[in-house]
Amino acid sequence: MSLTPKDYDRMTKEASPGTKSWRNIPLAFLIGGLICTLGQGLTQWYLSMGMAKDEAAAWTSVTLVGLSALLTGLRVYDNIAKFGGAGTLVPITGFANAVVSPAIEFKSEGLVLGLGAKMFIIAGPVIVYGITAAAVYGLILFVMGGY
Amino acid sequence: MAVRKGSTLVLETTPRVISYGAVGSKKESEGPLAAGFDQLFPDSTLGEETWEKAECRLQKEAIRIAMEKGKVEPEQLHCLFAGDLLNQCTSSIYGLREVGAPFVGLYGACSTMAESLVMASLFLEGGFGEKAAAITSSHFCSAERQFRFPLEYGGQRTPTSQWTVTGSGAVILGKEIRGVKVCGVTIGRIRDMGVTDANNMGAAMAPAAADTLERFFGDTGRKPAEFDLIATGDLGKVGSDLLLEVLEKDGWSLSGRHNDCGLMIYDRERQQVEAGGSGCGCSASVLCAHILPALERGELKNVLFVATGALMSTTVVQQGESIPGIAHLVWLAADPA
Repeated sequence: MSLTPKDYDRMTKEASPGTKSWRNIPLAFLIGGLICTLGQGLTQWYLSMGMAKDEAAAWTSVTLVGLSALLTGLRVYDNIAKFGGAGTLVPITGFANAVVSPAIEFKSEGLVLGLGAKMFIIAGPVIVYGITAAAVYGLILFVMGGY
Repeated sequence: MAVRKGSTLVLETTPRVISYGAVGSKKESEGPLAAGFDQLFPDSTLGEETWEKAECRLQKEAIRIAMEKGKVEPEQLHCLFAGDLLNQCTSSIYGLREVGAPFVGLYGACSTMAESLVMASLFLEGGFGEKAAAITSSHFCSAERQFRFPLEYGGQRTPTSQWTVTGSGAVILGKEIRGVKVCGVTIGRIRDMGVTDANNMGAAMAPAAADTLERFFGDTGRKPAEFDLIATGDLGKVGSDLLLEVLEKDGWSLSGRHNDCGLMIYDRERQQVEAGGSGCGCSASVLCAHILPALERGELKNVLFVATGALMSTTVVQQGESIPGIAHLVWLAADPA
């Protein structure tokens, strides 16, 4: 075989089909948009029940997270995600799915070393770098006299 | 004793296939080879509590079926050569612990069925036993949780990814005078062309398949056209295209004789398996559900079974290492050829 890794890399790129962006991007927009619209609907509903804006926003998040966890448990969320791609990943529902799915998966290794230890295997980095980014932002704001 | 030609061993005693068993699950039952399976479980849990237990059960059933069909007792099996994808060959060890025969655990990723067959054939050829078995399995759910994401995690699969087959195949070989023959074997070399994408295993394995096939043809002087089927497994669509392209560059044409176990087991478009099937159970179950029956019926006379494996460690791939591939070849012929 006379092939060099460089030649092979080029051949691999040519032979490997790319993701269907023409389909995935509009679907992500549609499904992600629908989730956000649902969130907005929930906020309006909570506001109409006389909640304060902060309170309504918090309850909206709680409802969406709860709904996503429920749909993950019912083995429905991954099917929506297969269709909606990034549309189901980016909103808060995607985060809930990322926590609940390993919890279900690794329950078989016990509540401590399985469910407990592995629950944040996907969401962990998001929390770590999310909090770090927030701290850095806070520091910059503090230095620049925002507070 | 076997005659060495280059790196190919041509077997003189030609160990025979006594019997075999193929088991699968729901997705395999919806595929084009469903009719050839001995048993298809409609529920991928197989009624077990964990995915690992379900996969163990697949091996257990495959060897049970093969032993029943061949009327072989456990004490007649002088060695079991088995492997799977899970760490520490979990499914083979726990699935076969009750058989009670001498056991050798092998790891060759998705190439393990050919690796096991090579070892079992050489074991018999060397005169170390009368009967030996080769068994491998894979399970979509146990593989996903070890190599990728939890099942219920929402995500899209890339078009180059492959779907791990939930299935197992077991072959019992013996020093009989009738049955499908193992005529020769070529042990694969580790080939690494620098592919680092764990979602493109076909590309990682294709150079190894090309290397093994080229060595076999060079060693034996045989031509691809002399074979009814050259079955690689499981390169999938991307890897198969690359294999043919690499061979063509080197002046070899498989002249329409090539097919891939990963493309045979599922209907790619209808069953949404992206580039095709994969896993130790893929080539094993295609061999036992399709290739061996066709050889027995005389529909196929001369077959090269070339199972390919991506020898991937999730740890070192995360450290930036590339994915080495391997392909072992087993030359099978119908009786009478």
